[in-house]
Amino acid sequence: MTGLLQVEGLAVHIGGLVAIADASFTVPEGQVVSLIGPNGAGKTTAFNVITGYMRPTKGRILFDGADITGLAPDRIAERGIVRSFQRTSVFTGCTVLENALMALHRRGSAGLLGALFRLPSAKREEARLLAEAWAMLEFTGLAERADTAAEVLAYGEQRRLGIALAAIASPRLLLLDEPAAGLNPSETAACMALIRQLRDRGATILLVEHDMPMVMQMSDTIVVLNQGRIIASGAPADIRANPEVIRAYLGSGEWQEAAHAEA
Amino acid sequence: MKHYAPWVFVLVLALLPLAFPDPYMLAVLTSAGIFIIGAISLNLLLGYTGQLSLGHVAFFGLGAYTSALVSLGFDIGIGFGLRITLQPQPVWLGFIAAIVVAGAFGWLLGRLAFRVRGAYFVIITICFAQVLRMVALNWIELTQGPMALISIPPFSLWLPGQGVVPLYSKAQNYWLVLGVAVLAFIVVRQLVESRIGRALVALRANESLARSVGIRVTHYLVIAAVVSAGIAGAAGSLFAHYIRIIDPDVFLFIYTVTMVIMVITGGKGTLWGPVVGGLIFGLVPDLLRGHARPEAQWVLYGVAMILFVMFLPRGIVPALASLKRRA
Repeated sequence: MTGLLQVEGLAVHIGGLVAIADASFTVPEGQVVSLIGPNGAGKTTAFNVITGYMRPTKGRILFDGADITGLAPDRIAERGIVRSFQRTSVFTGCTVLENALMALHRRGSAGLLGALFRLPSAKREEARLLAEAWAMLEFTGLAERADTAAEVLAYGEQRRLGIALAAIASPRLLLLDEPAAGLNPSETAACMALIRQLRDRGATILLVEHDMPMVMQMSDTIVVLNQGRIIASGAPADIRANPEVIRAYLGSGEWQEAAHAEA
Repeated sequence: MKHYAPWVFVLVLALLPLAFPDPYMLAVLTSAGIFIIGAISLNLLLGYTGQLSLGHVAFFGLGAYTSALVSLGFDIGIGFGLRITLQPQPVWLGFIAAIVVAGAFGWLLGRLAFRVRGAYFVIITICFAQVLRMVALNWIELTQGPMALISIPPFSLWLPGQGVVPLYSKAQNYWLVLGVAVLAFIVVRQLVESRIGRALVALRANESLARSVGIRVTHYLVIAAVVSAGIAGAAGSLFAHYIRIIDPDVFLFIYTVTMVIMVITGGKGTLWGPVVGGLIFGLVPDLLRGHARPEAQWVLYGVAMILFVMFLPRGIVPALASLKRRA
């Protein structure tokens, strides 16, 4: 099966530790694919490798048919893969609107001459970017916080801004690393609604998340990692019924503990 | 600040020589102005990209030597029996050459040094300035080494109705420096308040996040380094044709430190910071000159610097801005 993203025979060794032993999976275009597994299973490592923050020991990553293994993060982002971070990650010292404009970088093209001489093309582009930034803030419900410094937002709002910043770069593939971590139920619901809207706008989504009800509701496909290996992948109903998954992850209650520990 | 306030400030400065034609005051203001241009250029790197270049004087010195050598002409052997000869050129050509050469070295240093950042970047920039000082000291055929380049012609400008005239008077040099300073300020402002400026601030604020949304680190840091170096080169050229004698001491570490202090006390990462800091640290030494011995002056500087870092760590301009917001 070919998909928008193909991970083939991925192995990542960090020093003597095997973070990912051997993983292959596919993210088909237009789907929401979730990567789940107990803590230390290699989910975030997989994210880091896909987005260029870490180099794999073995294996390759194909995006839209092209090999992107080992490219720098900014180059991978230019091709259309954008991620959010597990820890809250915003541009500190800047307002929410400025954050949005910064994340819109890839949507503009003005260079040195355009900036120095305020060329008409650069001015038009600025106006367009500003409109796009406002549209995204409206869309994510952050518009009334536009002039607030990003670091003084409430925790839930910061998480939402983090997702908005990744989404605003209009990626073809959006990687979300535990977007609901530490959110209360109503914030989680808002977060899920936001992710659905992003998918409806055409983004393909790869999700790492510990909140099982959310994963089960959101995903088209679930990939289960355990100790660096993929032990199952399929539709939510199949995963829920898979004995190996229950033994390794779901049934043990470990995911609940993990979710509590991180909250 | 109101929209026209900066222009009123510039107008007052421009009228100063007419109201108070005191040559000593104009000389002090002119050399302060040259260092303010240097501080404005440093602020682009230090303030907006957050990269501490402790070799910034290298670009200043490169500009000074380039401009002086282009206007004096030179004739040097480069081995293999080849010689490079340049007849003396007009000073404005030297000025442009200074910007181009300093900018080119900014590009080179940016390409090499931004692979590493933090402490390693600081070390590379210090070494860069030291190497240039050694070259200036030892390449005697080109630079006259410690004997210095002397008789550098003054800056000359085409003035309407008078043709090309050399600027000998203090007031003329003062206006020239003021004009270049205003230009440098505008260039930095245009750059900072644009998509490029946002990319620079994004990289400073959160590099991982900036890369994840597709901002190319090296590309933007190099743009900042080139523009910053070019402006510093322009300041160096002004310095050479104003002082009219250049020796390898133009690469001394203390000049970098002076510019860093100006930027930090004024407020790094603000447009007016280097201007405010530059006015203070450019003028205070000369105000103190009549009252305190040089040794005591250095002690005073040190104390002032420590007090600034302790009580106004973000600098004067941000402190005033937050005071104004509260009021």
